[in-house]
Amino acid sequence: MQYLLMIYGEEGGWNALPEAAQKEGLAAYTAYGEALRKAGKLINANRLRDTPDATRVTVANGKTKVQDGPYADTKEQLGGYYLIEAKDLDEAISWAARCPGASHGIVEVRPVWEM
Amino acid sequence: MPAGEGDAQRTAEAVARRSYGKLVAFLAARTRDVAAAEDALAEAFASALADWPRTGAPDNPEAWLMTVARRKLIDASRRRKTSANFEPQLQLIAEELGASDAMDIPDQRLALMFACAHPAIEESLRAPLILQVVLGLNAETIASSFLASPSAMSKRLVRAKDKIRQAGIPFEIPVREDLPARLSAVLDAIYAAFTEGWTDPAGTDAARRDLTGETLFLANLTAELMPDEPEALGLAALMFHAEARRPARRNAAGDFVPLAEQDIDLWNTRQIDQANALIRRAGARESLGRYELEAALQSAHAHRRLTGRDNWLEIVALYDALQMIVASPVVAINRALAIAELEGPGGALDAMPDAEADPRLSGYQPYWAARADLLARWGAKREAAQAYDMAIGLERDPAVRRFLQKRKSITASDKP
Repeated sequence: MQYLLMIYGEEGGWNALPEAAQKEGLAAYTAYGEALRKAGKLINANRLRDTPDATRVTVANGKTKVQDGPYADTKEQLGGYYLIEAKDLDEAISWAARCPGASHGIVEVRPVWEM
Repeated sequence: MPAGEGDAQRTAEAVARRSYGKLVAFLAARTRDVAAAEDALAEAFASALADWPRTGAPDNPEAWLMTVARRKLIDASRRRKTSANFEPQLQLIAEELGASDAMDIPDQRLALMFACAHPAIEESLRAPLILQVVLGLNAETIASSFLASPSAMSKRLVRAKDKIRQAGIPFEIPVREDLPARLSAVLDAIYAAFTEGWTDPAGTDAARRDLTGETLFLANLTAELMPDEPEALGLAALMFHAEARRPARRNAAGDFVPLAEQDIDLWNTRQIDQANALIRRAGARESLGRYELEAALQSAHAHRRLTGRDNWLEIVALYDALQMIVASPVVAINRALAIAELEGPGGALDAMPDAEADPRLSGYQPYWAARADLLARWGAKREAAQAYDMAIGLERDPAVRRFLQKRKSITASDKP
């Protein structure tokens, strides 16, 4: 099965970190991605830009409405994701627990709807 | 009624109790589709009730039901072939069912229980889910046992089964490092259902009384399937001890009788022996877990009453150990009551948890009942009366209310 691991965290937290801690964090994410890849579990992963760069789009009555900002205005925002292959929820959870994001934020595990 | 009908019905009921969960677990093991397995099995039972009175019950009713249910399962998958993942589903069912001989169905009930008590399933639903898929209890019975509305309970159970399938919750006994935590979720769920059954100790509510029997069956089953897990043995022992004293917990008038005043001739000695045998088996191993300690406590209480030998020192020591593992107010309250037997009510009142520090206590009936008892023994009549009022107001069992009212009036009339 495929699972999307979504990393939620406080925005600006990263930039507030001292340079040494940022370096360490980056190394942790690199190592994590590498481990996923070597285990043959990684399908895709990306880091997202912060929500000031987010735009909401809705179409109602034929009119497109475009607004600045993220969908939900909460403290914890989606900051990145990993799309992985796992045999069941337990395997997905064990990968989510290894993600550095689980230590500084929340990792939400969502099964992908299989077509 | 034709001659065979009653027999067929009884055979079907006996197989349902013994094998329902085993068949559901087996039918759903690969696809994780518990709801589909339950539907197929329900149809198989309906066929059995139609056929067996005519043909007589088969030699191996379990295998008969399995064969019919697997056919129903495949039929149902075919009917739903609009579903996009139909082919792989069917493949899985066919593989699983073809591979195994129906005469020897592997027992996967434990794996099913671990799926139902998975941390991804909402905690309050784990016990109801186990009762439904392992024992086949219907949503109405479960709802009334857990004081919930039948339609809400039914919807939540359907949702939970959907989640098992869609989120890919595994049907497996967890790996060693995860096992203790996950096993305790299974045991906690069984115990939660058991204590729900106990809220009607007089046995006037049929659904609740049955629940106690069903959960004892589950605890026993878990202990049999995990004979090397002391906590599984401990839980079964704890429950057998509690059950053994049930006949003595009410007098002829239906009034509540506390342990110290129970007629020990009414205790079920066979269940006490059974419980103690389980404790000895668990105790042969190293670690002491929550349920093992609670079982040891029940055993010590029974031993004191049966022999007349005071063992409060041992009991307080067991509560000390339990408090290290479970930091719950319930444990603290029971420990304080044991201290009262050893040191008197003053020391016990000091050992009681503080309702101001823990707001949950102010609505917790056993806290007020214990406090009232200790204050009364200490001679603080006015405070005792206030605590009794709280305990009476929070109690939902009329027999216990009557008992507390009697205690309150005795306290009030005592000479200072």
